[in-house]
Amino acid sequence: MLLEVANLVVRYPLPGGLFFRSRRFVEPVKGVSFRIRAGRTVGLVGESGSGKTTIGKAVVRLIAPHSGEIRYRQERIDGLSGARLHPYRKRVQMIFQDPHNSLNPRLSIARILGEPLEIHFPALRAQERRSRAADLLRRVGLPSDSLDRFPHEFSGGQRQRIGIARALAVEPELIVCDEPVSALDVSIQAQIVNLLQDLQQELGLAYLFISHDLAVVEHMSDEVLVLNEGRIVEAAPPEELYRNPKNEYTRKLLAAVPSL
Amino acid sequence: MSSLPAKSSGLWRQVISRPQGALALGLLAFLYLCALFAPFLAPYGPSDQDLQRTYHPPTALTWTREGLSVRLYKNSDPTQALYQPIPGKTAVVRWLPLGHPYRLFGLFPCRRHLFGVESKQKIYLLGSDSTGRDVFSRLLYGAQVSLSIGLIGISISLGVGLIAGGLAGYFGGWFDSLVMRTTELLMAIPGLYLLLALRGAFASQFSSGEVYLLIVIILSFLGWSGAARVIRGLALSLRAQTFVDAAIVTGLSPWRILWRHLLPNLASYLLVASALSIPGYILGEAALSFLGIGIQEPAASWGLMLAQAQEMKVFMCNFWWLLTPGAAVFLTVAAFNLLGDTLRDVIDPHFRTGNR
Repeated sequence: MLLEVANLVVRYPLPGGLFFRSRRFVEPVKGVSFRIRAGRTVGLVGESGSGKTTIGKAVVRLIAPHSGEIRYRQERIDGLSGARLHPYRKRVQMIFQDPHNSLNPRLSIARILGEPLEIHFPALRAQERRSRAADLLRRVGLPSDSLDRFPHEFSGGQRQRIGIARALAVEPELIVCDEPVSALDVSIQAQIVNLLQDLQQELGLAYLFISHDLAVVEHMSDEVLVLNEGRIVEAAPPEELYRNPKNEYTRKLLAAVPSL
Repeated sequence: MSSLPAKSSGLWRQVISRPQGALALGLLAFLYLCALFAPFLAPYGPSDQDLQRTYHPPTALTWTREGLSVRLYKNSDPTQALYQPIPGKTAVVRWLPLGHPYRLFGLFPCRRHLFGVESKQKIYLLGSDSTGRDVFSRLLYGAQVSLSIGLIGISISLGVGLIAGGLAGYFGGWFDSLVMRTTELLMAIPGLYLLLALRGAFASQFSSGEVYLLIVIILSFLGWSGAARVIRGLALSLRAQTFVDAAIVTGLSPWRILWRHLLPNLASYLLVASALSIPGYILGEAALSFLGIGIQEPAASWGLMLAQAQEMKVFMCNFWWLLTPGAAVFLTVAAFNLLGDTLRDVIDPHFRTGNR
């Protein structure tokens, strides 16, 4: 078992206290449990505000969980911080929803891809980092002469490929994909989804695939979790879920998919 | 978010391609070159007195058989400083003569000046002051103080503002509260009174070098709070950008994120802010010196020269040339403001005016 999440609760304090931290809070994730096996994909669907992204951010430890356990290869990572989180950062990466904001506009592609290499492979020389970055670009289907260009010179789909290349740079085992295609237009969506599947087969990656697009999740996932108001209401393999939804909310969600 | 062109050479090319940008940059380049080469350009030292020629009007230049010359003057009424040109008497302007010794850039000992006249006569391009010192020379020496104080002051206050505001915005929490309450405290006190109080808190007997340092420190102390607040706001908004999350997930340390991801994105603001706030420092030094608590005699600064132009005699007898430091301050401040506006236009298209 690669990742185990048990009774995950995430809370944000609400602002309001003038001098002291306020006692009020919101709870976007109210006790969620799931598991991801190595090389498999778990899909996470739900409407906006259901807590999908928050779960993803808690898994990569962008936010600290309030309670619950997150285990990676049997090791608890929910309480770690700073340098002790460093080995985990090399194993688990994230792909972000908005390809326009997720790349620093002031850095060249070579530096964007070189940064994770610098951190996690300190033995590499500058020239080796550069050739690795070129390899990564080739792997995600971009010409390797893009290295000295800047993010604004690329289209949305190409930027998302760069984001994927950055996630791949550290040779991770698990990638949290936070709505990786929802900001792209439909023809590009298919290309990115196929790229992610190819990479999974090639590198044996596991995905936590977060989306509100049921069709994409069905296509990608080995297991689908349906999230509603911070709780998992149904968990099943996609064929079963789509053919025979047990939960009322799942049925509503499926009925809401526009049919062309 | 505002965006900077990828390469800084592109930015400067864009600034120069606009008429107002080229004008401002050209003017500032001229002023700073004048300040840098002040000892060479000035025919006299900043404190070379000539009590026989007080309040001398600017000497007229004429063309004679010997070349470019200055008219000679006779002091017809010493009480009123009434000078009259002596008809037909001139002194030829000498190029690169030997004069009083100085060190160029504070390093190279040198005696050559750009121009001068024979030592018995004087050339006063902008007249002389109450002790017969050359206003033109003092203006050049004063430029060294007045123009450098802005650059040094802005570096210190933006540096402090960047560190305080950047950390406050990025980390938040109690450090944020501490920094913000401190800036509010500083901003709540009217600037001029704080300036006077801070200057008053130190002893009045200082060497001119120490006073210079003290003024820079006081002005920076007042200046950092505004910068810190804006930088905090920018850091907060940058902090929310996904690429910072991406950097955290990559495993970058907070310092590295601040240095490599936030700072370059703040560069455009810092550039505009420094161009627009340098005039404040120049005016601050001028105000302190004007009030007699800044740069002290015999050193020269524009504010100090203006303070000397306050005398009733100057107004009664219309010694207008003593007000030229005011024109110099005006030109410098206008040029910096123009440069700041142009930079902002280039960097932030939202504020772009006109059809470019």
